[in-house]
Amino acid sequence: MLFEITSAALESQRLIDHVRRDESGAVALFSGVVRNNNRGRRVLYLEYDAYSEMAERVMRQIADEITRRWPAVIDIAIQHRTGRLEIGETSLLVAVSAPHRTEAFEACHALVDRFKEVVPIWKKEVWEGGEEWIEGEAVRP
Amino acid sequence: MKAKVRLFARLSELAGTREAEVELGEGLTAGDVYTLLCGRFPQLAGFGDVLRYAVNGEYVTAVHPVGENDEVALIPPVSGGAVAL
Repeated sequence: MLFEITSAALESQRLIDHVRRDESGAVALFSGVVRNNNRGRRVLYLEYDAYSEMAERVMRQIADEITRRWPAVIDIAIQHRTGRLEIGETSLLVAVSAPHRTEAFEACHALVDRFKEVVPIWKKEVWEGGEEWIEGEAVRP
Repeated sequence: MKAKVRLFARLSELAGTREAEVELGEGLTAGDVYTLLCGRFPQLAGFGDVLRYAVNGEYVTAVHPVGENDEVALIPPVSGGAVAL
């Protein structure tokens, strides 16, 4: 398992290699990328802030939840980037390996959804002439 | 008795700092730490309804007790990842 908050660029192949075993028939990889628009506004770039120590701990907790629900899962790795990210750059990588694709897809999907609810990371959207911290729902631990 | 407070995102920008120390009385809670902090940084007021608390890196409720040298974090609604809102 690998859980990391980093200001360095994310590399998907590294995460895929990290979770793959000889028993893995599937590695599901989710890559969250910065897009150039949100709610009708043209986005210039994003800035991510994180409570890194806690985020890494919470990522481990939600990974444990997922492996209890999908015991076939072999390994999980999650990385999130902080700081300024340009359009097209990767902010989040979630990799899940399993013997077969069904559990890999399902566990990866559930993990990304849970990540969004609970991991203490925030993003600020910057557009021409303004900026705003984007807030989801209140945290549901 | 002192506790350390961590601020992030909008709250750290409003306060102009990412860390603060508060002097604690006996029997104070995470919610009380926020109230104390609003006394020093009035611009932080008004977030009580959406705020969550963490003590030493674990989510807790507003009534969770805070002790000497604890680290309290004020957690506004999160928005990690890059999935569409």
